[in-house]
Amino acid sequence: MSIAKGAAPLVILGLTLLPPLASAAGDPFLTVIATRMVIFALAALSLDLILGFGAMVSFGHAAYLGIGAYAVAVLGGMGVTDLGLQMLAAALAATLFALPTGAISLRTRGVYFIMITLAFGQMAYFVFVSFSALGGDDGMALKGYSTLLGLPVLASGTGLFYVSLALLTLALIGLDRITRSRFGRVLRGCRENSLRMQAVGFRPFPFQLTAYVVAAAICSVAGVLLANQALFVSPAYMSWQRSGELIVMVVLGGAGNLIGAVLGALAIVGLEEGLARFSHHWRLGFGLILVLVALYSPGGITGMIRRILPAGRPG
Amino acid sequence: MSALLTISGLTKSFGGLRVTDDLSLSIEECTTHAVIGPNGAGKTTLISQLSGQLRPDAGQIIYADEDITRLDMAGRVHRGLARSFQITTLLPGFSALENVALAVQARRGSSFRFFRAARAEKALNDAALACLEEVGLAAQANRLASELSHGEKRQLELAVALATGPRLLLLDEPLAGTGHDEAEALIALLGRLKSRLTLVLIEHDMAAVFALADQVSVLVNGRLIASGPPARVRSDPAVRAAYLGEEEADPCCASRV
Repeated sequence: MSIAKGAAPLVILGLTLLPPLASAAGDPFLTVIATRMVIFALAALSLDLILGFGAMVSFGHAAYLGIGAYAVAVLGGMGVTDLGLQMLAAALAATLFALPTGAISLRTRGVYFIMITLAFGQMAYFVFVSFSALGGDDGMALKGYSTLLGLPVLASGTGLFYVSLALLTLALIGLDRITRSRFGRVLRGCRENSLRMQAVGFRPFPFQLTAYVVAAAICSVAGVLLANQALFVSPAYMSWQRSGELIVMVVLGGAGNLIGAVLGALAIVGLEEGLARFSHHWRLGFGLILVLVALYSPGGITGMIRRILPAGRPG
Repeated sequence: MSALLTISGLTKSFGGLRVTDDLSLSIEECTTHAVIGPNGAGKTTLISQLSGQLRPDAGQIIYADEDITRLDMAGRVHRGLARSFQITTLLPGFSALENVALAVQARRGSSFRFFRAARAEKALNDAALACLEEVGLAAQANRLASELSHGEKRQLELAVALATGPRLLLLDEPLAGTGHDEAEALIALLGRLKSRLTLVLIEHDMAAVFALADQVSVLVNGRLIASGPPARVRSDPAVRAAYLGEEEADPCCASRV
């Protein structure tokens, strides 16, 4: 906890400085990469709520990225470009999908939970693949950026970056409170020992399902932002590989640690872009780094920081 | 006085093995009822059925005039029927205080509260600390459960069970694996609890059983072979043959069975 407390403001502050640094360096593409980092950090953060704090390894979380992205496409097509309304619609759609699929998935445990969430994720994927009105497999280009209070804030790269960063900060603060609250304590308790929780009088299901839905809604907001960055939506946003990437981000950063999910996302997106500049075979180097982290730093990036810094331990 | 807990015709099989065999028993309020028997007699399976962790195949469990046979674990805990575990079952990454505070939280107000930090809730912490004090673990309140010694974990296990506000406490070998001094302290604690709670006690430590129990039931192969006041059960020839006598006749066998 002490790590999260100290690191979160530092990370957010560091990100705030990126666009001016990018323009000083004369490389505006850096802002594009930074935006991508922040958006995926938001998605990974939402997954960490269920994976890290609830021990629910969802392999279908990218479905909510897609649902959020398509909410922008559908509402934009109807002339509703307001970002607030689009986020609300995305969160509602995500909730509607997460409630029944989460309720069914939560009847299973462990590897079966992984498989069933993967199955639901793939179902969502194929629904949009076969939805020809929305471009089907090819996806579709958006008519324009979402607007904020009627202003085209998201049309500029910097504007989109700061809106994304603001939403990430809000989610970080909100989830930090949630995970420390009574609700969060029950969720963490069920992660540690479900039988113990039942023996003191808790039924884990409603807590786990609530967390599942909250995570889905937050992830859909990341989808809204992603659609704005690409001005394009396609079923590829919700592919199972994307869900896998989100898991890798959370685990690499250190599951059950909010700032860890953010750092994991920054590292993965950064590695993707950085290694891609060196070689077309960047995934090879990427895999090597993952193996090294898994072998030598079980707590991920935050675990590594914790071991290097003589900081106080949670307790 | 009517019985607080009445079990009738309780039966449970695992595959071809009948672990609970047509068991009927009733337990009066504010008494301590020990269930003894050799390993594999079905004692823990019985506790698991009483606590709602396992569903019986047949039979009925009546608690406080209510049929709770089909009620889940959480529902039973809310009615005051709590258990402790033979194999320590705690939240290892939580402090001792938070382990207990969660049990307090479970019965006080809603847990669907999302913003206030639970760890800073004084009312929960005070109640939890009182339970830790009762078992003599207040000094270790802020240590992680995983860092406690075995004896301290047994104490914490009891504190958590007490924090649920039980009327009937099912204790599955509370002394298991404790040293002599730790056991003495726990027996003294159970002696204090016995005056205000109904206890169902599974225990291998015969000194503890005969010191605490008002009633003793002997379970062998899932069947009740005797039940009554300790003195009568102790002198029951069937019991001596089946269980108590074994220790004198063949101690290594008694510990193995």
